[in-house]
Amino acid sequence: MEFWTFFAAKPLMWLIVTITTFIAASWFNRRLGGTPLLHPVLVSLFLIIVFLLLTGTSYETYFEGAQFIHFLLGPATVALAIPLFDHFERVKKLLLPLMLACMTGAVTAAASALLVAQAFDASLGTLLSIAPKSVTSAIAIGVAEKLGGYPSLASGLVLITGALGCMLAPPIYRILNVTDEAVKGFTLGVSAHGMGTAFAFEYGLMAGAFGGLAMGMTGAFTAFMLPLLVPLLGIG
Amino acid sequence: MLIGFLILLVFQFAGELVVTLTGMPVPGPVVGMVFLLAALVVNGSVPHYLRVPGEALLKHLALLFVPAGVGLMTHFGLLKQDWLAILVALIVSTAVTIIVTALILNPSAKKLHKVAEDVSGGEGR
Repeated sequence: MEFWTFFAAKPLMWLIVTITTFIAASWFNRRLGGTPLLHPVLVSLFLIIVFLLLTGTSYETYFEGAQFIHFLLGPATVALAIPLFDHFERVKKLLLPLMLACMTGAVTAAASALLVAQAFDASLGTLLSIAPKSVTSAIAIGVAEKLGGYPSLASGLVLITGALGCMLAPPIYRILNVTDEAVKGFTLGVSAHGMGTAFAFEYGLMAGAFGGLAMGMTGAFTAFMLPLLVPLLGIG
Repeated sequence: MLIGFLILLVFQFAGELVVTLTGMPVPGPVVGMVFLLAALVVNGSVPHYLRVPGEALLKHLALLFVPAGVGLMTHFGLLKQDWLAILVALIVSTAVTIIVTALILNPSAKKLHKVAEDVSGGEGR
């Protein structure tokens, strides 16, 4: 047991546990045909949390190692400008309808989630963490922190939203008779961020490209919009 | 490669600096991303030395969410209390968002498709 106590206190150990679990979860997900229900991040979170609880390790101890991965979220968020620029160049002429769809979609996502959660008497911390649920975790984690919510809860809700978006989009497209690839992809990117984008690639490359564009636009817009929308709804 | 990584860090720093100075309630990296997008538009293309480290980071973006996500273990109490509100809010809001966005964009579907195809040529994306 002394052996365990020694290594459990080392940041390196938790770095290795995080990366190993994620690689295993990604492999498992690919074997299952990439289902969004068992997204590698969701599976990794479940396994690592169970492991920490079983070994009696606190989140603080875990984060001492995992923080080195967490740190890269900052430069990675900045790097989102690269695919955004690529897509942007391709659809410059269509910016107006796309911006309109992105902005309306982003406001609808946040406002409807906040109003429904409020109607169910959710606590303030939950409300502020649910607000950024439609944008990529890279941005949602920072937004939740700025709003006074819980970044970790926000990142969990983002993942569930992503899985829901991938499940709900195909039947809704059938009912509304949406057949165009570009519309399908963009809508998935607005409502279900990176997970929706990955799913959109199954409709084709064009759907995936529009999904990526929507994810970047919606993320950036939401980060600036939420600090205005939240007080407008009388929250906080 | 290294200079590209440095550029990402410097843009993040610039974003954090603006957020701190103005007290804007927006994450610093998001402001840095907007700055980098503006710089790329001015420059007209993505330099290779920036694309390589940028795309390497984005390729593994999902891994970077794990450390924060594990923090869910500190919110079991909140989840137990608010799980129904969260579940209904997420399902309703995701469905409504898909409906609204698709309905707004659907009338422009033909135009979208055509322009995207013209621009990408035979390349497909």
